Amino acid sequence: MKIFELTRADNPGQAIAAAAKANTAQQGADIRFIAGGTNLVDYMKLNVETPRQLVDVNHLPFDKIEALPDGGLSIGAVVRNSDLAYHPIVRKNYAVLSEALLSGASPQLRNMATTAGNLLQRTRCMYFRDTAMPCNKREPGSGCAAITGVNRGLAILGTSEHCIASNPSDMNVALAALEATIHISGPKGERSVTIGDFHLLPGNTPNRETVLEPGDLITHVTLPPPSPGNRSLYLKLRDRASFEFALASAAVVVTMDGGKITRSRVGLGGVGTKPWRSPEAEAELTGQSATQAVFQKAAEAALRDAKPQSQNGFKVELAKRCLAHALKLVTQTA
Amino acid sequence: MLASASPVLGERSRAESAATPKTKQAMPAVEGAIPVTLRVNGKKYDLQIDPRTTLLDCLREHLHLTGSKKGCDHGQCGACTVHVNGRRMNSCLCLAAMYQGDEITTIEGVGQPGNLHPIQEAFVAHDAYQCGYCTCGQIMSAVALLSEPVGPGDAEVKEFMSGNICRCGAYQNIVEAIQSVRQSTNRQKAG
Repeated sequence: MKIFELTRADNPGQAIAAAAKANTAQQGADIRFIAGGTNLVDYMKLNVETPRQLVDVNHLPFDKIEALPDGGLSIGAVVRNSDLAYHPIVRKNYAVLSEALLSGASPQLRNMATTAGNLLQRTRCMYFRDTAMPCNKREPGSGCAAITGVNRGLAILGTSEHCIASNPSDMNVALAALEATIHISGPKGERSVTIGDFHLLPGNTPNRETVLEPGDLITHVTLPPPSPGNRSLYLKLRDRASFEFALASAAVVVTMDGGKITRSRVGLGGVGTKPWRSPEAEAELTGQSATQAVFQKAAEAALRDAKPQSQNGFKVELAKRCLAHALKLVTQTA
Repeated sequence: MLASASPVLGERSRAESAATPKTKQAMPAVEGAIPVTLRVNGKKYDLQIDPRTTLLDCLREHLHLTGSKKGCDHGQCGACTVHVNGRRMNSCLCLAAMYQGDEITTIEGVGQPGNLHPIQEAFVAHDAYQCGYCTCGQIMSAVALLSEPVGPGDAEVKEFMSGNICRCGAYQNIVEAIQSVRQSTNRQKAG
């Protein structure tokens, strides 16, 4: 691990002012916020992240989960994943989020990891993690070792010829299906970005993963009010039964009227270079009866643009079955 | 440039000026060391540490509390599990200087020979280990699990113990040990 200066921010202004001096808020950032540290310290030990300054944001007043007047929910940036997963409002109104969080990592890690940290969680691509290998995300222009290498766990949606790294987060997939909004405070003031616009596709610049700029501090995430009578579910498929990243996962939120789906939101995990929302699947579901044929059509639509690599072709079928099964389960529940 | 331990931004003082000999646990001077005060098992420690020092390395190398083990050093095996303010965490992914003011509990604070925690007694009674390397981490997770929202079945216990790897494969007896304590606690509550 490279040496760094450890500083603590006691208010948001201090954190923003400190980080505004950074060269970038993306890969290679010389100044990093640190909260739970589960991802950052791991990558610092591997010299994938080499900040010269860490700004401890654990003491900022962003540790609350609050019901909003409109019926939605506000989730502070440093709320721990375990606290969020077990919060009574989350369990009642946003079950998909609770299930996604509890399907990720281990109890110890969930006690440390935060909302904002999980949003910024970085890929597990082994070539990104290994500084001896080429990686366009870690070192732009060096090439992608994964495309011709071990790519079984990597993405099939949203890839480019420069990067096929998958986004590893479960929480983000649920947030995509719940249409969350990310609230950011930065040197130029406050702004909010939808979860769909927050993460970037790799394209020609896989080192740029989010819209964040130097000094941008995530303060909280808001969820819209749950649509009345909605049911939601997170289904995760993986090599081990626990403490493993998704090969494919589905976050589904549906509203039913009789046997008909009147509203649907679909997120996919383990298959995308960013948390994947599928408006294509949603279009096939909305207004239709909850039948296996409809679920299958939705699954086909969601994976229509999939580009499998040499070792992960199985993910196309796995993700389809994952989504179709999740839809079956969520529409069955009484 | 190295500033002092977790200085509040805008109030940085140089490490050198803060390096007055108030340390109880004397360590050789390390260039760039910062003053850190930790509270471990109810005892306060004033230390000078490299800011890169993880809580695990600090416990083992500076405080000589070697019950917490280093397995993978990347948060994947759970051998380093300790409690921070009563919650279990992977100490290998904690920077020690960020845990000033917190109540840290290690296996040494959970029980001692002649004064074992019920989970420790159950691990002995159920032969819940073979080589023992992962055991301290298993016990720290198991003790934390007792106050977590875990369902009654073995499957739930296995899920909640998935952050602790046992290479010998003592899993079955670990689950039995934990369940025996939970069931006797429930009996006491019912009685």
